Amino acid sequence: MMFAMTMVAVLVTLALALARAALGPTVFDRILALNMIGTKTVLLIAVIGFLTERPDFLDLALLYALMNFIGVIAVLRFLKVGHFGGAEVEPSGE
Amino acid sequence: MTLQLVWDLLSWGCLLLGSAFAITGGIGLLRLPDFYARMHGGGITDTMGAGLILLGLGFQAGVSLVGAKLLLILVFLLITSPTTAHALAKAALADGVEPFVSDDPGKAGVP
Amino acid sequence: MRHAIALTVVFAGIWLLWSGHLEALLLSLGALSCIVAVALAARMRILDDEGVPFALAGRAARYLPWLLLQIVKANIDVARRILNPRLPVAPRLIRVHARQQSAVGRALFANSITLTPGTVSVDVDGETIVVHALTAEAGNDVLAGEMNRRVVWVEQGS
Repeated sequence: MMFAMTMVAVLVTLALALARAALGPTVFDRILALNMIGTKTVLLIAVIGFLTERPDFLDLALLYALMNFIGVIAVLRFLKVGHFGGAEVEPSGE
Repeated sequence: MTLQLVWDLLSWGCLLLGSAFAITGGIGLLRLPDFYARMHGGGITDTMGAGLILLGLGFQAGVSLVGAKLLLILVFLLITSPTTAHALAKAALADGVEPFVSDDPGKAGVP
Repeated sequence: MRHAIALTVVFAGIWLLWSGHLEALLLSLGALSCIVAVALAARMRILDDEGVPFALAGRAARYLPWLLLQIVKANIDVARRILNPRLPVAPRLIRVHARQQSAVGRALFANSITLTPGTVSVDVDGETIVVHALTAEAGNDVLAGEMNRRVVWVEQGS
């Protein structure tokens, strides 16, 4: 019961983030929404794992968290330099 | 028996509060005025929303392999989410997205 | 070398936690994965105090409860401002001087700022961190320097 309610709440948050992704207006708003959708998906998978009593779903949740992080960083990097890395990329300014 | 009940109540409280914070962050993502302000809404769901929901699930799992995995997911989210947020804000600033700055005279200076 | 050993131990722990199987085949595959991952890290030249900051782990663990408390407080404040339209939202950019000596220290400070809702570190320029604050109060909290001081303590132990 409690897990189902949490799942609904996460789904509502997903819908709100999806609305922001559709509205934009800048590409960064959309990436922000995308990142939030990714985090919520991790939670959704974890909650579904408990709802259906299949704790092995947690492995998928962690995998999704990893992919979401790398994906967002890759998209940002692509926006900045226009291609995905390689030896000719400038030394990082950090 | 009663201990089990207390445990369940703690877990449900965390799940309920975490859900509330997650939805609040979602509303903030829609409602706040500009991109940089919206990032604070995203920050709420990433910290309190995710943290409390994972903590609530952790109370259900107890001290076990599943609980340790939940903790590790939480630690991972707490490390990656500020990194992503910073990369996003930096990219937006470099791309020329102007932050909306209030004229309200607080003590903090505006550069 | 001690960085490599520390990293291997952590990787091995994570592998065991996630696989949960103790058969010879899976254990040897795990050992192989750990060694390859550490070798890759060595090839990227990140096996140093910056890439493997385990020396700070003990003090960072003692800093964490304070940080979590700040996160909870800031969360409640920002959540109230989102839900109640009458409460003011007055975004501003501020510049904070990071007093940490090393890149790890400054990264920890900038991440702590971002992790606290209401403030996001937007840009790091040498020792100056540009912070976007949702309200004047949130900005003043960062400028007050309590977090700055505590991260210096995590970094240097004094």
